[in-house]
Amino acid sequence: MQLPDPENLLATLTTKVSDVIQPNSAIIGIHSGGVWIMERILASLKQDLPHGTLDAALYRDDFSQRGLKDALQPANIPFDVKDKHIILIDDIFYTGRTTRAAINELFDFGRPASITLAVLINRGGAELPIQPQLIGAEIKLNADQRFQLSRNTQGKLTLALEQKQGSDHV
Amino acid sequence: MYNPQLNNDGTLKHLLSIEGLPKKTLLQILDTAESFVGVAERDVKKVPLLRGKTVCNIFFENSTRTRTTFEIAAKRLSADVINLNVNTSSQSKGEAILDTINNLIAMHTDMFVVRHNQSGAAHLIAQHVPDNISVVNAGDGRHSHPTQGLLDVFTIRRYKPEMHNLRVALVGDILHSRVARSEIHALTTLGVPEVRVIAPKTLLPNEVEKLGVHVFHDMEAGLKDVDVVMMLRLQNERMSGAMLPSTQEFFKTYGLTPEKLSLAKPDAIVMHPGPMNRGVEIDSRVADSSQAVILPQVTYGIAIRMAAMAILAGGAA
Repeated sequence: MQLPDPENLLATLTTKVSDVIQPNSAIIGIHSGGVWIMERILASLKQDLPHGTLDAALYRDDFSQRGLKDALQPANIPFDVKDKHIILIDDIFYTGRTTRAAINELFDFGRPASITLAVLINRGGAELPIQPQLIGAEIKLNADQRFQLSRNTQGKLTLALEQKQGSDHV
Repeated sequence: MYNPQLNNDGTLKHLLSIEGLPKKTLLQILDTAESFVGVAERDVKKVPLLRGKTVCNIFFENSTRTRTTFEIAAKRLSADVINLNVNTSSQSKGEAILDTINNLIAMHTDMFVVRHNQSGAAHLIAQHVPDNISVVNAGDGRHSHPTQGLLDVFTIRRYKPEMHNLRVALVGDILHSRVARSEIHALTTLGVPEVRVIAPKTLLPNEVEKLGVHVFHDMEAGLKDVDVVMMLRLQNERMSGAMLPSTQEFFKTYGLTPEKLSLAKPDAIVMHPGPMNRGVEIDSRVADSSQAVILPQVTYGIAIRMAAMAILAGGAA
């Protein structure tokens, strides 16, 4: 499979995100890939938006099977979520379970006016009635494949396709 | 070597003592606690991790503060909490404890938090419970009080992140303190290069140097240039016989006054596990000063207990 350049997808997504920004918008990245993408989008935008980060690990539905991951990141939302139009950023959209957990966590900070989900890639396979609204690209993967987004030391995004055993998906 | 605290894959099964826990596990608990500090500042001060789980706080020895912080920690993880204060004086030990535990197991408890005045009580219970149940030691005799030790190093790390460059002094009743042992283990495991203990000979355990600490009997010498002063409570209730002339005498020699504190580094922090005996081991002017981080210790204690319970609940599945 010819993999797209994530930098091109980022440019597409940044345009789509900037089109939906309104006076009361705020942007939140989900660790880790979503935070990298949020930082890049914020750097490209011509305005300063309230922004924060979420891990969502404390709200996942598979905690009792998997426990806590080692590198848990604290949530950092330094603004009042109440009545904000939140743009939630993740790297890869798959089952929708991370999004579900992130939405639950967000509501524990307050009641947002709306939540829009923006992702670099929708790889298909939603298991919940949740879909991203803003998408860099739609690329269908099989259940035994996964995309791995990385960031090099210069902050540039790279994408790899991994073949794996089991169903240890995120 | 068999370690009752760890599963075969090295994950945490019970939290019984800091001794025997690898640095990796200590750091995992501290790092996880960072995520829980902010939970208390949210609109909803809860995360759903332990939803549907039952945590039983069994206190064979009274400790309102420790029990309360464990209760709050479990509730902020959305667990159901049962508090049991069991008076041991009328019980024969050993078998009676396990009978109590068996009853609680039959009620489908998922986690026990145990406080007991006998060293090893939590270990005994951990060996007894089935695989799916975790035990947290909330203090056993003079032996160990791991969450207190962890919350203390967490507090130090928050104020003095350069752990590899610190001088820490523990002052007071080291002999009767389970907190001191847990702290010394945690500090040395996490790479604090110089841990001092300052106490009269009668309040030091034999061969305390073997724990890797520098021993001082004199406050003036011991406090010089330290970054952290950890005061310990004078454990009147654990003392038998005349180990001290009087509490006034103790205060004069080992009580932390502003004058003695001025020998430490100017930005040194003062800690105390509570409850404080003002005018015995600590002067009110120090306890209420800006250098004291005694109340933040209480706040961080909740985050540490949440982290320990969350890691245990995840690993026991």
